Amino acid sequence: MNTLETVAESETLQRIAIDPISRVEGHGKVTLLLDENHHIRQARLHIVEFRGFEKFIQGRPYWELPIVVQRLCGICPVSHHLAAAKAIDQLVGARELTPTAEKIRRLLHLGQTLQSHAVHFFHLASPDFLFDFDDPVAHRNIAGVMADYPDIARQGVLLRKYGQEVIRVISGKRVHGVATVPGGVNKALTTAERDYLLTDLDQMIEWTQEVIKLMRQAFERNPAYFTYFATIRSNYLSLVRADGALDLYHGGLRAKNRRGGMIFDHLDYQRSFQVIHEQVKSWSYMKFPFIHSLGPDKGWYRVGPLARINNCDFIPTPLAEEERRQFMAMGQGQLIHATLAYHWARMIELLYSAEAIKELLHDPDILGGELVVRGEMAQEGIGVVEAPRGTLFHHYRINEDGLIEKANLIVSTTNNNQAMNESIRQVAERYLDGKELTEPLLNQIEVAVRAYDPCLSCATHALGQMPLYVELVDEESGAIVDCLVRDADGTFRNRL
Amino acid sequence: MSKLKVATCSLAGCFGCHMSILDLDERLFTLVDLVEFDRSPITDVKQIGYCDVGIIEGGVANAENVHVLREFRAHCKILISMGACAITGGVPAMRNRFTLKECLEESYISGAGLVDAQIPNDPEIPLLLSQVHPIHEVVKIDYFLPGCPPSADAIWTFLTQLLSGQPIALSYTQLHYD
Ligand code: SF4
Repeated sequence: MNTLETVAESETLQRIAIDPISRVEGHGKVTLLLDENHHIRQARLHIVEFRGFEKFIQGRPYWELPIVVQRLCGICPVSHHLAAAKAIDQLVGARELTPTAEKIRRLLHLGQTLQSHAVHFFHLASPDFLFDFDDPVAHRNIAGVMADYPDIARQGVLLRKYGQEVIRVISGKRVHGVATVPGGVNKALTTAERDYLLTDLDQMIEWTQEVIKLMRQAFERNPAYFTYFATIRSNYLSLVRADGALDLYHGGLRAKNRRGGMIFDHLDYQRSFQVIHEQVKSWSYMKFPFIHSLGPDKGWYRVGPLARINNCDFIPTPLAEEERRQFMAMGQGQLIHATLAYHWARMIELLYSAEAIKELLHDPDILGGELVVRGEMAQEGIGVVEAPRGTLFHHYRINEDGLIEKANLIVSTTNNNQAMNESIRQVAERYLDGKELTEPLLNQIEVAVRAYDPCLSCATHALGQMPLYVELVDEESGAIVDCLVRDADGTFRNRL
Repeated sequence: MSKLKVATCSLAGCFGCHMSILDLDERLFTLVDLVEFDRSPITDVKQIGYCDVGIIEGGVANAENVHVLREFRAHCKILISMGACAITGGVPAMRNRFTLKECLEESYISGAGLVDAQIPNDPEIPLLLSQVHPIHEVVKIDYFLPGCPPSADAIWTFLTQLLSGQPIALSYTQLHYD
């Protein structure tokens, strides 16, 4: 673990709060403590949001879960809907779903992954790739993309629309629809619905291939930056299919260490909480999960697109598999640890999702058949899926009346908590240490966090560029030593 | 005629209402022709300057939410409470059945597999309110747009009527609470 997490003599240091969301969102911020020579002594990403779901869900009937729990996140609600549904399948004794139910759920999940990855890349991250790094701040945003690259902006809007339409057709609504029931799904697709979804699909596949090309070119133009920026060597965790293939909906847990060796493999996720524990730190509402056998210092890991591409043996659709090979070739036999490679991996999954949607739409099972199975009730259930941002764990226990007694969730972004902290410390150490405060330096911290596509970055960046306000405070006197303000138009000024 | 200025913001919500704005799809391009976005999912933010219309998602759950909400009210001529969380407190307000202490203890003290169990209390994280409140309990609201989230069609009808100065009239199928 990086040594910048906690400094002993914090009272004597100057504090810098990078609070890009201070007056708008309040979901997260970064603080830096510096000594008088501008050496960074402590760097932390704080998550400032707390919901209390684990408590307030107690006493509610289990079948409400998929409807309530998806309202934790409007960006990937389907992932929560499905993780809860899978846990409930355990509760109602549905050991194995019918082919129709399983495939409809998979289709729904792929639609979700497609729309979420599209939003992150096109609406939030694309300016980093389309424009040079010294592009004016005021222009380095989605508005700039719409103005300079209207075709790409349009493709982004339509790719997202496509994913949302898959979700709407299956679940009735684009955001917070309902598709699952305990032990199955509530409907299959009609042929008209299937034909509608097939209409634009080839176009979507073509566009995703173009985006991947764009990504590869960006890496080739500036390999040093992409390889080393915010890069940390970490463990990786994800689900994989029984044959080692990439699978976003179901599988066993696989964890690799930074050299690519297996920590565990094909682990039944009903045992998740025997291998994953969480550490609490006083300065964040987000807990710090770790692999129990390695302990909190060595056991933290990364999840999400980069982890999944690193972990899987192959991708089961041809075009995406070809892209995976090219991507992994970068590492020359090693895992890819570059944090910015998350973006590239995410686009490979975008292609995989589109291809896999096509396969499923041509499968007659999605058009009808048995929808629900039931079995003997159980009192405990764990559901795990690979959400767009990574492995998502839901764990519930009910009493004999079917009311929830205990709930425990580890959401995707939480799994990356330590990693995001490590990445900002790497940036702080390597790019900021010993220097005067300037806009590009602080902006780099945001770029590092954004690569993980955490929900807090969605919150921050989906709203456009927040005014940024950085204060340097003398801890002793409390006086503001320096203050940098990024105005709404992107210009920076020193307020003192 | 100069464009009207619109700002949006998320308090204790899930961002689903903002996603519903993005669900306008191609109409987004029309919308940026009609209005200038101050803070929005689709263009760069301008100053939290004076706006014609402000749209708020989410209820009020911590001290920072209260501060942001008051800022918005002070800067917007028309303020819209969008979605169940802003209007009733929504799902986050389900914690109001319990004390804040009970909620925090469940997450950070009594959960399974926890190391260093403690309730986070650093000065860097904002103080939680003991209850989650709808936003009209804190500031005056001009319009309520229900739904969880309101559909893109409802948002479109609402905005186009508002911008053209017509009375707001959502159709039977657009006025929903789910
Ligand atoms: S009203 Fe619904 S969609 Fe909107 S923020 Fe609240 S939970 Fe999310």
